[in-house]
Amino acid sequence: MPSLKELSKREDLLSAGHRACAGCAATIVARQVLLAAGKDTVVGCATGCLEVVTTIFPYTAWKVPYIHNAFENVASTVSGVESAYRSLKRQGKIHKDMRFIAFGGDGGTYDIGLQALSGAAERGHRMLYVCYDNEAYMNTGIQRSSATPFGAATSTCPAGEVIPGKQQYHKDITKIMVAHRIPYVAQASPSHWNDLAQKVEKALAKDGPSFINVLSPCHRGWRYPMEKTIEISKLAVDTCFWPLYEFDEGTWRITYTPKEKLPLSAWTDRQGRFSHFKDHPELLKLAQEEVDRRWREIQTLAGIGNLCEMKCDEDKASN
Amino acid sequence: MKVVKDKVVIALTGNDAVAEAMRQVNPDVVAAYPITPQTELMHKFADYVADGDVKTEFVLVESEHSAMSAAVGASAAGARVMTATSANGLALMWEIVYIAASTRLPIVMALVNRALSAPINIHCDHSDAMGARDAGWIQLFSENSQEAYDNAIQAVKIAEDRDVLLPVMNCLDGFILSHTLEPVELVPDKFVTDFIGEFQPVHNLLDSDNPTTFGPLDFHDYYFEHKIPQIEAMKRAPAVIERVGAEFAKATGRAYGLLEKYRTGDAERIVIAMGSTCGTAKAVVDVLREKGEKVGLLKIRSFRPFPCRQVREALAGAKAVGVLDRAVSFGSQGGPLAIEIRSALYDNVKVPVKGYIYGLGGRDMPGECVEQAFEELKRVAADGKSSDENGFLGVRE
Repeated sequence: MPSLKELSKREDLLSAGHRACAGCAATIVARQVLLAAGKDTVVGCATGCLEVVTTIFPYTAWKVPYIHNAFENVASTVSGVESAYRSLKRQGKIHKDMRFIAFGGDGGTYDIGLQALSGAAERGHRMLYVCYDNEAYMNTGIQRSSATPFGAATSTCPAGEVIPGKQQYHKDITKIMVAHRIPYVAQASPSHWNDLAQKVEKALAKDGPSFINVLSPCHRGWRYPMEKTIEISKLAVDTCFWPLYEFDEGTWRITYTPKEKLPLSAWTDRQGRFSHFKDHPELLKLAQEEVDRRWREIQTLAGIGNLCEMKCDEDKASN
Repeated sequence: MKVVKDKVVIALTGNDAVAEAMRQVNPDVVAAYPITPQTELMHKFADYVADGDVKTEFVLVESEHSAMSAAVGASAAGARVMTATSANGLALMWEIVYIAASTRLPIVMALVNRALSAPINIHCDHSDAMGARDAGWIQLFSENSQEAYDNAIQAVKIAEDRDVLLPVMNCLDGFILSHTLEPVELVPDKFVTDFIGEFQPVHNLLDSDNPTTFGPLDFHDYYFEHKIPQIEAMKRAPAVIERVGAEFAKATGRAYGLLEKYRTGDAERIVIAMGSTCGTAKAVVDVLREKGEKVGLLKIRSFRPFPCRQVREALAGAKAVGVLDRAVSFGSQGGPLAIEIRSALYDNVKVPVKGYIYGLGGRDMPGECVEQAFEELKRVAADGKSSDENGFLGVRE
């Protein structure tokens, strides 16, 4: 794993001067991912904040080859790029080793892009898909997505007199990707840069598809002071709302366990989108219960380890 | 280009003929999703992939939307890319069909024409292609399997021409051509390789030493200016289509232009059509000519770009024109082809035009229907007036 010092010496492949809001996590995530990936990388980006803020013509912030096609199809677009690479490499028309990374927000990943992502994962393209999950459609004005957490207020599920915010739990896309049985799936957070960089390196080393879901706090949508992005990311991890784990070739592993698991309120109290929780303690209770259920599930899976190996061992024992 | 001597004629369906052309083109990437009646084209091509006859990376995507998305990615990466679809498949691609053209990616797609839903129907009409007429693709229509084969090869050369750099839709009538065995004269593999040459992309994503950004956000301050070169490229396309057609003709003896004039020289009544119906219409023209009637057919091969000037020249001496449309433009003054023809003639050639809708959802288009149109055109010629009212051929009352 590269040290912070080593990473700091690498060229930043997403230049400064892009139009992201100060305190935006998406561009921090993109820079961290690219530091680990290096310059021989083709990046694809779904329509969304990251695409909009980095490529307003005639400017581009990308120092690597980049393609934006549409909203729901970054996975299929990059699968096409990777297929071209495979074909041309096989024909001896290209010689260098290249990497392929698709970036999509939660809308472009959990919702409208899910089919394209599922298809690309099943087909086995050697590409890393990074979801920068800011838990709503931030680019279009903070509308709810299937990644929006339970109880959160958005512009399409506001905290009203009758309906207090989002009434559904968020989709567990990371486990949906695990169910594709691809070589590598992980969750990461920009607050744990070394963990994220290591996961990117692992993912890119796999001879097949990989998926990393990175929490990407948005102070405009989550309503917290812009300088607190990394702190908010860290609290999501320490409350176990956003556990850092990986599914590596069939093995579940928790890559960071908080010394002390904080109550969910340590995270929700800091964000305006949950401010109605003070009048609705039942929402916080339900949200906490769901966080605990999911955390227990991950712990159980990580405790069991590799289910396949266990089965094989049993077979050996019975023989 | 040398004259092809070792000619081979075999019986092929339209689908197999296009698949054979694709084998010879040997594209770097093909991305496709199954839809009737395009399926057998891809079955045949899949055989070539499985048998190692092509170097193609065959991407079997989970939808047509992803087929065109992967085609865009692969083409931007510098690969020669082909695909094929029909009807609802094209409709699902719609968003990316525009993006492919506006990103100036020379993708070649066989469109095995089929009626759009609803009601769901698998048979031929041109509603699918007509829905994409403003998407920025070159659209070539084939009268028979031979043309579908020849057009598939020429499409690659047209699309990749530096004066053009636009995607090409190779349209062939579903079932009528796609599933009908016809004798097709093939050219040798080497001819195709030499004819199309190596694909040399202007920019490509795999050149990480010269990183290029494809698909940036383009606001009101630049978007308009970026549409102008796209318009200009389409304006240059007719000359390239004619040049490639002439080069192909020199080698094969099969001539291709933007349109084909069939016995129109002294014709007083001219019917205009696209696709397989042109074959039927030619037979009808021959029969009526035997009887001494001055009739002719104008076959449109290139619907986009639309050959306005050539249409005007071809119709300059006519007394009445009938336009056969295998698609409807609901609420307009006729089918899409009739609208184009009227627009081309207006202010230039004064000739009455009658539009006909025929063959929707695969309804047969027998010679009698074409005869009916020619018969009615006698009255149109006598009246000397166009009518906003469309005729319908082959529909029950």
